[in-house]
Amino acid sequence: MSYAKEELLAVAIAHLIGDARHVAVGAASPIPATGVFLLKQKKPSLRISLLQKRSGNPFTEGSRELFDLAGQGRIDVFFLGGAQIDGEANINLVEAEGKRFPGSFGSAFMYFAAGRTILFREEHSPRVLVKKVDYVSAPGWSPPEVSRHGGPAALLTGKALFLWQKDERRFRLESVHPDSSARDVRANTGFACDEPAVVPMTPVPSGEELDLIRGPVARIIGENYPGFADRVWGKAAAA
Amino acid sequence: MSDLPANETRFLADAAALAREIPNGASIGLPPDYSPVAMEAVRALIRRGAKDLKLLGVPVLGLCADILIGAGCVREVETSAVTLGEAGLAPRFTAAAEAGTLKIIDATCPMIHTGLQATEKGVPFLPLRGVLGSDLVKNHPDWKTIDNPYAKGDLILLAKAIVPDVALFHARWADEAGNVWVGRRGELATIAHASKACYVSYEELKPGDMLEDELLAPGCIGAVYVTAVAPAPRGAWPLGVPGAYGIDDAHLLHYARLAKTAAGFRQYLDEFVLRTVAA
Repeated sequence: MSYAKEELLAVAIAHLIGDARHVAVGAASPIPATGVFLLKQKKPSLRISLLQKRSGNPFTEGSRELFDLAGQGRIDVFFLGGAQIDGEANINLVEAEGKRFPGSFGSAFMYFAAGRTILFREEHSPRVLVKKVDYVSAPGWSPPEVSRHGGPAALLTGKALFLWQKDERRFRLESVHPDSSARDVRANTGFACDEPAVVPMTPVPSGEELDLIRGPVARIIGENYPGFADRVWGKAAAA
Repeated sequence: MSDLPANETRFLADAAALAREIPNGASIGLPPDYSPVAMEAVRALIRRGAKDLKLLGVPVLGLCADILIGAGCVREVETSAVTLGEAGLAPRFTAAAEAGTLKIIDATCPMIHTGLQATEKGVPFLPLRGVLGSDLVKNHPDWKTIDNPYAKGDLILLAKAIVPDVALFHARWADEAGNVWVGRRGELATIAHASKACYVSYEELKPGDMLEDELLAPGCIGAVYVTAVAPAPRGAWPLGVPGAYGIDDAHLLHYARLAKTAAGFRQYLDEFVLRTVAA
């Protein structure tokens, strides 16, 4: 069964979330949201807090509540991206090479407060995955005198999945997607990381997963990310 | 604290009258695009030629900030982000930032909420976990790191109390007692509580006093915080009012495309902001 790249990435995200009880999704993250709602289809007890949910939003005190929830340790998994991401898992959402990006959003807090953060950036290039970010919006690790509940768990891109090794403070290449290769990943990654002798392939979506994504998941995503749903699944999902 | 009287809410004729009350140079607390934004009042600010405004994103900014920046009304922004959401980068903000013509104080969402909450309580600062090690800390003029006085070897960040001159937003309802109903949009209450003056445009006026209604009261901001209100039906357009009308996604995309260039932005201003039919 053929699949879209967005579907492969959403499935990888569903697998990464694993046994979390409460996942929150922040600004403009349609692929992470797709992965989260896919997992919910298989595991109805999963609690999802979608900050931008247009109808039936989970928060009753405005956006402040997301941060208060996270600060108490009530959010197991969160997602962050970056205009740049470096080998120490620092992320930059502010500026690089004279270009201005939207800004840090809640990253500088959520990266500390959520139990596990999955870093997600579709573009996998030396421009994005750099040795050292130009601006630290949120640091990948903290010294002992800085209290930190959580931190990075993984980095998923359009080419590969990396897992974060907390003690080594380095990424480890976990798998490459079917349209890439370890060599391609090496050539397009600006930071050094560990990798196994043989790099496995990222699992492709099963027929069952694709049915769920294109049915109930696409309908939910279409309500909240109409532009994305239209692009990936067509007008019907975006309605 | 500054002099903050218990307001007797004034009822103004329209969004233009609200905009006339907001002086040049004012700092204005504004909600994100998914909370009701007083877009008609923002357009009125542009029509009256407002200057040197300082925008505070609570906690992020979107379309209203981009239009105000493009129209030359803004000297400075403090925000956690400026974004048009699915419509992409905020083009006039991005252009002004890259040209160096706009002062930007970068923040992160919960530090802005915390700074406003300090003002709500009348205390000079409040602490927040996290953030340390971010370049935001060394670039922000009002954040300080201290040792936790209750524990050894534990650094913690302080948010200085933020006091906007003005809160400006849109509400589904105002009532004859001067209360406004914002439902679950708690950040609007935070902005209203912390600001020296609070201006609200509304969809509809309800007779009586909403605080007498147990179901409506929890979604209200009490008149004590509200300086003035004015009617503006569909006043959040092209943004939405939850439960009343949605975001006009097609219009946002149209704006994002046009505003990529200065000339396209002028065209947008002429068509949707400056050209108004006289009543």
